[in-house]
Amino acid sequence: MNGMQHKELVFTKSVLGRNIKQQVFFSLFRGAAGINALALLIVVYFLVKNGWTAISWDFLTEAPRDSMTKGGILPCIVGTAYLSIGALAISMPLGIGSAVYLNEYARQGVIVRLIRFAINNLAGVPSVVFGLFGLAFFVTWMNLEVSILSGALTLGFLSLPVVIGASEEALRAVPDTYREASLGLGSTKWQTISRVVLPAAFPSMITGGILSLSRAAGETAAIMFTAAVYFNKQLPDSIFDPVMALPYHIYVLATAGTNIEQTRHLQYGTALVLIALVLGMNLLAVVYRARLRRKV
Amino acid sequence: MKRQRKEGMIRNLFFGIAFVSIAILLLILFFLVKAGVPIFEEVSVTEFIFGKYWYPTASPPDFGILPLILASLFVTLFSAAIAVPLGVMTAIYIAEIASARLKEIVKPAVELLASLPSVVIGFFGMVVVAPFLQETFDLPTGLNLFNASLMLAFMSVPIICTISEDAISSVPPELKEASLALGANRIESIFRVIIPASLSGISTGIILGMARAIGETMVVLMVAGGAAMIPGSLFDPVRPMPASIAAEMAEAPFQSDHYHALFAIGIILFVFNLVFNSMADYISHKHRQVGAATL
Repeated sequence: MNGMQHKELVFTKSVLGRNIKQQVFFSLFRGAAGINALALLIVVYFLVKNGWTAISWDFLTEAPRDSMTKGGILPCIVGTAYLSIGALAISMPLGIGSAVYLNEYARQGVIVRLIRFAINNLAGVPSVVFGLFGLAFFVTWMNLEVSILSGALTLGFLSLPVVIGASEEALRAVPDTYREASLGLGSTKWQTISRVVLPAAFPSMITGGILSLSRAAGETAAIMFTAAVYFNKQLPDSIFDPVMALPYHIYVLATAGTNIEQTRHLQYGTALVLIALVLGMNLLAVVYRARLRRKV
Repeated sequence: MKRQRKEGMIRNLFFGIAFVSIAILLLILFFLVKAGVPIFEEVSVTEFIFGKYWYPTASPPDFGILPLILASLFVTLFSAAIAVPLGVMTAIYIAEIASARLKEIVKPAVELLASLPSVVIGFFGMVVVAPFLQETFDLPTGLNLFNASLMLAFMSVPIICTISEDAISSVPPELKEASLALGANRIESIFRVIIPASLSGISTGIILGMARAIGETMVVLMVAGGAAMIPGSLFDPVRPMPASIAAEMAEAPFQSDHYHALFAIGIILFVFNLVFNSMADYISHKHRQVGAATL
């Protein structure tokens, strides 16, 4: 009797110990996840708290004045819009085309593995190296100067992997029965792709487009030598003009302005506009993707 | 016959588009080499890489980038020391522990963290973290190695987390079920079965996260402090490679030695990225999880 009790005690003790261990680790993991969410909240909190007062209608619709210590950021908003839309115009067709090849045509082999390796590498090339490349290739060699075009091309290449990844995911989500039904009706491969697969995949490819847009909009180092300038009196007339851009504006005001402390609220304001733009687009993509998934 | 030819042409067209990624990568390498290699007529490759002094605008100039390389390595290692545990633990939490509802919140939060523009994180490090560090630790400047590592950690956590989470989620459920059926509890199953089974994916995530940290530019440009010296402590200001390129390119006269030297640093960053990606590629192909049978 005594021995049995003892055994039971040992048993409960060890189960208890294991459960405590489990609880401890679970709390640790939960804490780690919490830190991420907290970091996001803290960054957003500080930007909103300090940037909120800078935001006004005039801030969004006026050009900077008095050597950038007053006024608004309209030229930066316009410049960032031109650059990221230009980048999208390059990354979207190339990205969707690559994804169609990889997912619909290609058979596993050395070439496909090489292409994937190149895409992964491209995704990891530091943005400042893209900037160097843009400077040497577009700005200097192709003689496009520091311009919207040079910047958009650089950003387009930089965001290409994002579009390829999202488009491939979209194509993979199209059930094979669609393809088989279409081929079974006698359509060719291209007819199947263009009339069945792409229309079915297109809605979720838009997610990739939005993500690429936001990636390009927040990029700084890649446009420093290729498109962005400290200050521009007028809005750009053509794609061969240089522009101001939101991320670069933040950097310049925060590090090289004539009066860094005095323009602090402008810096916060600009940063707030930029993350509102970028997080807004990403949130849109997340929500949109969740809705699409529910439909399927 | 005509229809077949058309189909073939379309196929080739798509192949051409997919080939663009390879072409861009080669083009980047070509132009980096073209603009970077002339510096090696001035200094030898070993002098360039192991030289301890980086005074590109002095006369005579010194083009030794060892302080910059070490700065990059240090910020990357310290940020990994923070980001790896944080990223992997978050991944485990999302994949194995969180309820469906919490998962719907934490996962997008991590994705949003990844989408924060680097200039914003750099700005945050400058105006919020730096003054805080300076006061708390009584430092001459809050812009230093530690601050940069901390900010970089939050840029690599999402990469480590996303890739690890994919790997953990794709461990076949039979493995976990078998472990639970043998009497292991959830945490034991996680440590003894799930993590070993997804180790290749987790390593890939860690490598790519570190690759991100070493190439990240705006954060180190704004918060690392900018001193091109070999750091003696965690709170010394440093100047990692990307920061040097970004800060000095505007002042380097076109086709000068300084200009070529900055491109040569670009080559080194490119090679680092190539090596990191090759390692990740090798690991994920070599230890690919095919099914439950591979364990």
